[in-house]
Amino acid sequence: MIVNGSATETPPAPGQCLRTYLRGAGHLDVKKGCDAGDCGACTVLVDGQPRQSCLVPAVRAADAEVTTLSGLGSPDDLHPTQRAFLEAQGFQCGFCTAGFVLTASTGARTDRDLKGNLCRCTGYRSIRDAIARASEGGLDARSLALAARPPMAPGGRAARSVSDEHASRPPDASGGRAARSVSDERASRPPETAVGESTRPPAAVDVVTGRAAYTLDLPPASDPDADTLHLAVLQSPHSHAAITRVDTAAAEALPGVHLVLTHRDDPGVLFSTARHDSRLDDPDDTRVLDDVVRFVGQRVAAVVADSPAVAEAALRLLHVEYDVRPAVHDPEAARAAGAPLVHGEKDPVTSRISEPGRNVVAQTHGEVGDVSAGLAAAVHRVHGTWRTARVNQAAMETHGARAWLDAPLSEGGRLVVRTSSQVPFLVRDELAHVLGLEPTRVRVTTGRVGGGFGGKQEMLVEDLVALAVLRLAERGVHRPVQWELTREQQFTLVPGRHAFRVEVELGADDDGVLTAMRLDVLSDTGAYGNHAVGVLFHGCHESVALYRCASKRVDAEAVYTHTVPAGAFRGYGLGQVIFAIESALDDLAREVGISAAEIRRRNAVVPGDELVVNGPPVDDIVHATDGLPQCLDLVEQALARTDAQAPGPDWLVGEGLAAAMIATIPPRGHHSTATVTLAEDGSVEVGVGSAEFGNGSATVHVQLVATALGGRLDPSRIRVRGGDTDAAAYDTGAYGSTGSVVAGGAVHAAAQDLARRLDAGEAERPLVGTGEHHGTPRSVAFNVHGVRVAVHPPTGEVRVLRSVHAADAGVVLNPEQLRGQVEGGVAQGFGSALQEEVRIEDGVVTTRSFRDYRVSQIGQVPHTEVLFADTVDPVGPLGAKSMSEAPYNPVAPAVANAVRDATGRRPRELPMSRDRVWRLLTSEEDPCPTP
Amino acid sequence: MDLATVSSHRFARSRDDLCLGAGETLLAGGTWLFSEPQPSTTGLVDLTTLGWPDLEKLPDGSLRIAATCPVAVLRERGGVFAWCADALLMSPKVQAVATVGGNVCLALPAGAMTSLLAGLDATAVVWTPEGGERIVAVTDLVVGNAATSLTSGEVVRCFDVPAASLAAPIAHRRFSLADLGRSAGVVIGMRTDEGVRATVTGSTTRPVLLTDGEGVEAIDCWHEDAHGALDWRAAQTERCLAEVREELG
Repeated sequence: MIVNGSATETPPAPGQCLRTYLRGAGHLDVKKGCDAGDCGACTVLVDGQPRQSCLVPAVRAADAEVTTLSGLGSPDDLHPTQRAFLEAQGFQCGFCTAGFVLTASTGARTDRDLKGNLCRCTGYRSIRDAIARASEGGLDARSLALAARPPMAPGGRAARSVSDEHASRPPDASGGRAARSVSDERASRPPETAVGESTRPPAAVDVVTGRAAYTLDLPPASDPDADTLHLAVLQSPHSHAAITRVDTAAAEALPGVHLVLTHRDDPGVLFSTARHDSRLDDPDDTRVLDDVVRFVGQRVAAVVADSPAVAEAALRLLHVEYDVRPAVHDPEAARAAGAPLVHGEKDPVTSRISEPGRNVVAQTHGEVGDVSAGLAAAVHRVHGTWRTARVNQAAMETHGARAWLDAPLSEGGRLVVRTSSQVPFLVRDELAHVLGLEPTRVRVTTGRVGGGFGGKQEMLVEDLVALAVLRLAERGVHRPVQWELTREQQFTLVPGRHAFRVEVELGADDDGVLTAMRLDVLSDTGAYGNHAVGVLFHGCHESVALYRCASKRVDAEAVYTHTVPAGAFRGYGLGQVIFAIESALDDLAREVGISAAEIRRRNAVVPGDELVVNGPPVDDIVHATDGLPQCLDLVEQALARTDAQAPGPDWLVGEGLAAAMIATIPPRGHHSTATVTLAEDGSVEVGVGSAEFGNGSATVHVQLVATALGGRLDPSRIRVRGGDTDAAAYDTGAYGSTGSVVAGGAVHAAAQDLARRLDAGEAERPLVGTGEHHGTPRSVAFNVHGVRVAVHPPTGEVRVLRSVHAADAGVVLNPEQLRGQVEGGVAQGFGSALQEEVRIEDGVVTTRSFRDYRVSQIGQVPHTEVLFADTVDPVGPLGAKSMSEAPYNPVAPAVANAVRDATGRRPRELPMSRDRVWRLLTSEEDPCPTP
Repeated sequence: MDLATVSSHRFARSRDDLCLGAGETLLAGGTWLFSEPQPSTTGLVDLTTLGWPDLEKLPDGSLRIAATCPVAVLRERGGVFAWCADALLMSPKVQAVATVGGNVCLALPAGAMTSLLAGLDATAVVWTPEGGERIVAVTDLVVGNAATSLTSGEVVRCFDVPAASLAAPIAHRRFSLADLGRSAGVVIGMRTDEGVRATVTGSTTRPVLLTDGEGVEAIDCWHEDAHGALDWRAAQTERCLAEVREELG
């Protein structure tokens, strides 16, 4: 085989796919996304034709010429398609980029051409831009015109100056404020580095040329005896069972097997896979290997062997006996008297489980004011129950980790774990806790992380590879151990989004001013309580606190069921509750006879209001900007400019909008430390613990440093070292949209410190500036989404004719990147709204691949116009707010409200798939009646 | 993905090579075989080296489609051939490799090559292990979800589409939960001397032939999975059937 012009040495093996062969030969730019031909991340050119290399039997390509992404072009000699993706910033995490670039390099242009390539980050707009750019083979007239303009003024207002030059944007009518839009900005010159510019990600060239190293992109060891061992797990076939016997003899006897781990090897420490700054936030209900399995798919035993194939073969030789117990799969039934208990034996205090005897992990019941009186006094009342499906994060890179000892522990060595994580420090601390090590004896590091969306705010693989390394070391075997989850395990083993049932009752006076809000919320957390508490409380917080109302009551419970656990997902519970509240509010506006925007204007909190749910208000949130009314105005005006008509006579057309509020930083502590170091050679290294996983935080960190040190150094020489517990003293991690506001805050402070030192004439090199941020006080950001849809009653199809999103992001640090975050969040919102659903039947996940679980393909995501409110945050770095999770939250209710507007029927269940919408519009009775 | 249990890959050159040993399975395009774990498979017998011509015109005017013909090659014929190829979930990259025979023998309800060939009243030429061959209608070849009427050792050599079907007016409809996703139902109608011959696939576990006067109530093998609820599939099938019949008037 000729790969990138060079002949390979070893022949392919029967049964081996081309991707494995290529990676084994050192071509680590070939990615493993789904391993089933559905996602396209592994695309290579075989004799010039694009092929998914996971589907190609390697022996068939033995005489072929193969080109991988790094063979297509190099940083010094970019292929035109690579250049197009670089200039258009056609990626976020970049894990899908090899597949898109190689496919597009052969002339693929249409949605059909590219339907075999999935991107989970971008929503495809920037990829479309890149492909259009590649088709043009150069610069279009507008790009040339932009390029000819003088450079923009530095500082935070540059983004607006871009949009002000757009004649296509109508003049703003909301009190003289200009809507800031970057939707058509396509400047072709290399962007500047200062804040407010669309600076390219520092790793951009590496990503488009296949040189960016993701978690498991590590070369093989030169010494085969030190080469990596592979771990595989046996998963439970039962929803609930005690393991009564495990016979490992046959597996251990298989040549190439080094270790078998069972519940007998469990360290005996209860923990939670969920990671927060305080480990006390989540219930201690999980073991590395439990002797009771509580969901189909749970780890039963693990094998460590020379190769994945041997490890898999050994799994088949394990003999396990179970005492099968009754199980409960339905969250409503889980709370009933006599229901099988998921963690009935646990101590509620030491495990921090609210009521293990009732399967309740977490609950809140509280009232402010007098809800009964508020409802009694109401002129208008609405009431309904809404349900949301489980959703999978579907990051293109699966979970995976490799662990090793850098020297024997007895000689002062450390356990090193390289993993796909949003929270390296929190994983370090919990590994130390579970394995009985000092945190200083553990280092957790990341490569480039191939997407997170909350799914990597968990410790899901690190514990097992670390335990394996330690057990092997006790036997004198010092070899790295690696575990890479399959795509199927991403569905059967990894937590997804919590499914919620939310009942809402609202009362309002004659003017539509709320007199009472009552919610009853039930969250299904599955078999373990990771993130159950946080998702429940966060879900009920900003969603309810957005509206000022003297009388509010919230009763909310998260329950265990014998199903695959749920966990952190973009929005962290808010989207589920916002779907219900924003739908109910839409009904209320109809009752009152005012517009959807107006009812929100009349009821939303204004600067200075306290944020209240069902008890005392939080005391560390500064609500000082009027972002929401601006966003409502922007969306209302944009929808009014729409004249998109029904696609045909059978279609019904309607419009809807919904609002969302989110705190810019999670509660209960979020800390970051950073250094900015000026070396003797003039280069600058930013040391920060936060990982880059497509959220763009590394780009913003470079911009913050360049701005703070403006004129004192060469911005092209700033490098970010992140995602490593050795890179900084501490960082809670990149979740809750904190990459810019917390880690960014620390980086900015460190850069300012360095600037002060330089200005004071400090001459020693290296010179280190230090900074920190502690996640408080916090602020709030607002998002409003609006859509115009057409609904086809005969089929149930919902087609989005127009989509507009207004975000209150404070000062825009990087317009192109912020737009990308918004578009990506909105695209995931459309996915959850219309088609994504993890199906569980009798406790078994039946959507186990991208063939059955419908992640949006290119062509399925409507174009969204992105607009920004003009605010300056009082607490964020340079006035910026966080904006990663927020855009996701208002999308589903906006679509639901538009469907209601079009059809007269109220969708109450996500996803609004065609079969559900058809049933909604066809059935005589409301298929989702309120209990 | 890697098929970890596979230790041999035989390239078939003649019919004699198709005699399978224990653990061996036939490999065509490989786009399904390599997409799911195959723990009971230890050897692969590669059909793509048999040199079967993708498409042949037979003396009676019918079209012979080799089992190993890539979907993309058939798609180039346009019309209902292209429409059915694009009714598949698979991308062009997979279409270039996946075979017509593989799609039919997989016998998934949403197998659009089954939809196509059943809709066109095609027959399959099946090589029997004794060295003979038998002819079976495609509607009788796929008998259930992932089930065919093939017996051990039988190999589908090709599919023959009658000349009359190639000339007949065709109407087709499909429905799915997502436009580019897996088909939830496919209805293909062909005008014949006896009336409209309609076949239903996707929403049924096997192809169902409906002649004039037969409605969806005649269907006894509805299929439900992640690609659509049963009541919706039945209603959409009925709608598509009516549209197909109306179009063919």
